[in-house]
Amino acid sequence: MNIDYSQEAPLIAGRLKLAQIEELIAKPMDTRPDRKYYIALSISVTALLIGAVSLGLTFYYGIGLWGNNQPVGWAFEIVNFVFWVGIGHAGTLISAILFLLRQKWRTGIARFAEAMTIFAVMCAGIFPAIHTGRPWLDGYLLPYPNQHGLWVNFTSPLLWDVFAVTTYFTVSLVFWYVGLIPDFGSLRDRTTSKIKKTIYSIFSLGWRHSNRHWSHYEKAYMLLAGFATPLVLSVHTIVSFDFAVSIIPGWHTTIFPPYFVAGAIFSGFAMVVTVLIFVRKIFDLQNIITIDHLEKMNKVILLTGMMVGYAYSMEFFIAWYSGVQAESFLFLTRAFGPYAWAYWIMISCNVLIPQLFWFRKIRRSVPLMLIIVIFVNVGMWFERFVITVTSLNRDFLPSSWAYFIPTLYDFGLLIGSFGLFFTLVILFTKSLPVVSISEVKAVADGAQPAHHGGAHHE
Amino acid sequence: MNNDKNLYCIAATFNTPDEIINAAKKVSGAGYTHFDVNTPYPVHGMDDAMKLKPSKLGFVTLVMGLAGASIALLFMYWNISVDYPLVIGGKPYFALPAFIPITFELTVLLATVSTVAAMIMLFFQLPDNKHPLHDTQYMKSVSNDKYGITIEAIDDKFNETEVENFLKKLNPLNIEYIYFPPVETYPIFQPKFLLLLAGIALVVSGGTYFSLNKLMFMTPFTFMMDQDKLIPQKGSELFADGFGMRKPVAGTVARGFIPYPYKGQVNPTEVLSNPFLPTKENISLGKEKYDIYCSPCHGYFADGDSRLNGQFPNPPTLHSQRARDFSDGMLYHIMTNGQNVMPSYESQITRDERWAIVNYIRVLQRAKNASDADLTEMNKEAGNNVAN
Repeated sequence: MNIDYSQEAPLIAGRLKLAQIEELIAKPMDTRPDRKYYIALSISVTALLIGAVSLGLTFYYGIGLWGNNQPVGWAFEIVNFVFWVGIGHAGTLISAILFLLRQKWRTGIARFAEAMTIFAVMCAGIFPAIHTGRPWLDGYLLPYPNQHGLWVNFTSPLLWDVFAVTTYFTVSLVFWYVGLIPDFGSLRDRTTSKIKKTIYSIFSLGWRHSNRHWSHYEKAYMLLAGFATPLVLSVHTIVSFDFAVSIIPGWHTTIFPPYFVAGAIFSGFAMVVTVLIFVRKIFDLQNIITIDHLEKMNKVILLTGMMVGYAYSMEFFIAWYSGVQAESFLFLTRAFGPYAWAYWIMISCNVLIPQLFWFRKIRRSVPLMLIIVIFVNVGMWFERFVITVTSLNRDFLPSSWAYFIPTLYDFGLLIGSFGLFFTLVILFTKSLPVVSISEVKAVADGAQPAHHGGAHHE
Repeated sequence: MNNDKNLYCIAATFNTPDEIINAAKKVSGAGYTHFDVNTPYPVHGMDDAMKLKPSKLGFVTLVMGLAGASIALLFMYWNISVDYPLVIGGKPYFALPAFIPITFELTVLLATVSTVAAMIMLFFQLPDNKHPLHDTQYMKSVSNDKYGITIEAIDDKFNETEVENFLKKLNPLNIEYIYFPPVETYPIFQPKFLLLLAGIALVVSGGTYFSLNKLMFMTPFTFMMDQDKLIPQKGSELFADGFGMRKPVAGTVARGFIPYPYKGQVNPTEVLSNPFLPTKENISLGKEKYDIYCSPCHGYFADGDSRLNGQFPNPPTLHSQRARDFSDGMLYHIMTNGQNVMPSYESQITRDERWAIVNYIRVLQRAKNASDADLTEMNKEAGNNVAN
């Protein structure tokens, strides 16, 4: 591929040699975990256990334990589902869309972002599964020939969701694994432990770094990226159909699909930045995940933040412009009704605070960006809360209006999903290369022939 | 050199990407076809240097993607339009816009999964952890930061000394001879392995049996079934008689049921007249019901030749003069009320069906006791001009 990617500063700081790159990335797997690691793990496992207890009680007593009831039939669990699916989108965006756009800076963060996608979709998948009430019967969600002679409803957005989320999870996992195969090969050849070698050999499938293979491999990566790109856009589009295909004021809007996708990328990038800030510090990867990477992601956060801001205002405009009474009433309720506090948290976290990223100094300051992206994470959770709960709490029958109050189990499941996510992230950082070894080597200084594109090309 | 070993290839390693591109060009230019380049990452321009053809992997993706789309569409069409047609939300049976999301997802799923599966298994011939290159110094260095080229012994032009000299001219870091590893065999039918298989089979089948046949019938999975409501055949502590099922209030009449006022009377025929004309439809309904309810005792042609002969007292033939002289109402009354040993069929055959049976019995009686005049009449109806 003889394309001039960029004239930018080197992607990897410090002029590392290939062997040093491998050394650096493989270090967490070669060394024993330290005390900080165990402290972090114990915190996340505690959160996970809280979630497990809430989940067990939900299994036993049913979803009556949760705070949702008429008229707010969808609450925390749907909010969490949409939130986690959204987090996942950043990973595919970085690994697929930025790959197709030839953004070479993605190499340092793609692996980690993809892993986050998979973990986030796992967290997300729990919620609709338990929301069915009797999760042990979830097999009925799949169209298989059964003794009732019944099929699933293919015209329902909820079933589209089943297909979208499972496809998304499978394709992300396959994409991630394809990227990992060469790295397993490298790890297999550097390890001295016999057990590790066996494990790496199995997962490397006997990869030989052969150029006859690389030729197909690059093609496959391109094809996968080409499919993952529309897939990632379709997944949150379909998630938004869960709302948009209904006829509830506040949900029944055509702006939802693009608005949800922008929001998903926004929240996903915020989560990637949040976690990467810690990972690059703890594992000394500042030279591979540079401040330039973080700055570029902050720019994406700024852009998508303004996109969701535009969507918020456009919703209001359309509510007024359409002349639909129920719609305009609902939007006034959102901003000034019983959930005004949630609405203004959303606006300030998602629209106002990210505006600070206009300043280069703030974009490049690690502590400040950490604070901002955490606000964005909070704001995006509240966005889904506002969409779901405020549209339901005042339905068409004023006598049934009610204020939704979550129960302890709702919070337990929310905490548990964060526990699951961070436990998986923490285990991942110690067991697999958090940065793609082969991809980073390929963009290192002097890694490509002088007369053929690459970092040196002028 | 170990001549007792089977040579796989001669390998040379280099330090820079430029050198390996040059080496690949030279080797392919010299006419070798069984050679390979191993680099820790894809080196730009290597496909040209090795004279590799563009990957054909895209065809797999195309075919499987199209297959995914058509399978999804056909499957949904067959399910929701043919096998179990359902109107949902006023949509037509074949609601194409609503099928698009799943069609798209299945296209992507099948295309990507089969692309990767085809790449690994067909194009790479992996998994292959027994390849001779594994566990060599050569593999360890190209896995890390060196660039290597191998010329395989199966190449037509392969000649040990020639290839070695050829590679030496390229000025490599070092040259390595790589041999096939000794063939290792693993007996499959070891007792230990068989024991393991049996153990796995036991655990899997036992686990499946337990979870499907036992676990699903334990609390809390039975909460949906074990509710404190009254269902048929279930006892109740609320009612004094202990029955969950209640009898209807006295005088309750079932839907569509009109009480028969002549129960137990001998001959109420003067008020009962057949409301149905003996049309073809009515008679065939009567035949159907007669064959079900009457023929076991009275016989298919009302001769009284019961199929249950000997088990019950034989019923009389319906072709006797007495039976033929019965009015329609009397036949109806006997069916409804019962007579002698014959029980009442009131609860099994509806009123209209009983009248239809009456019509059918008349057909049987006429057929069995036909006169010459009937034949003339029949021919007239059929339009035959048969001279008698």
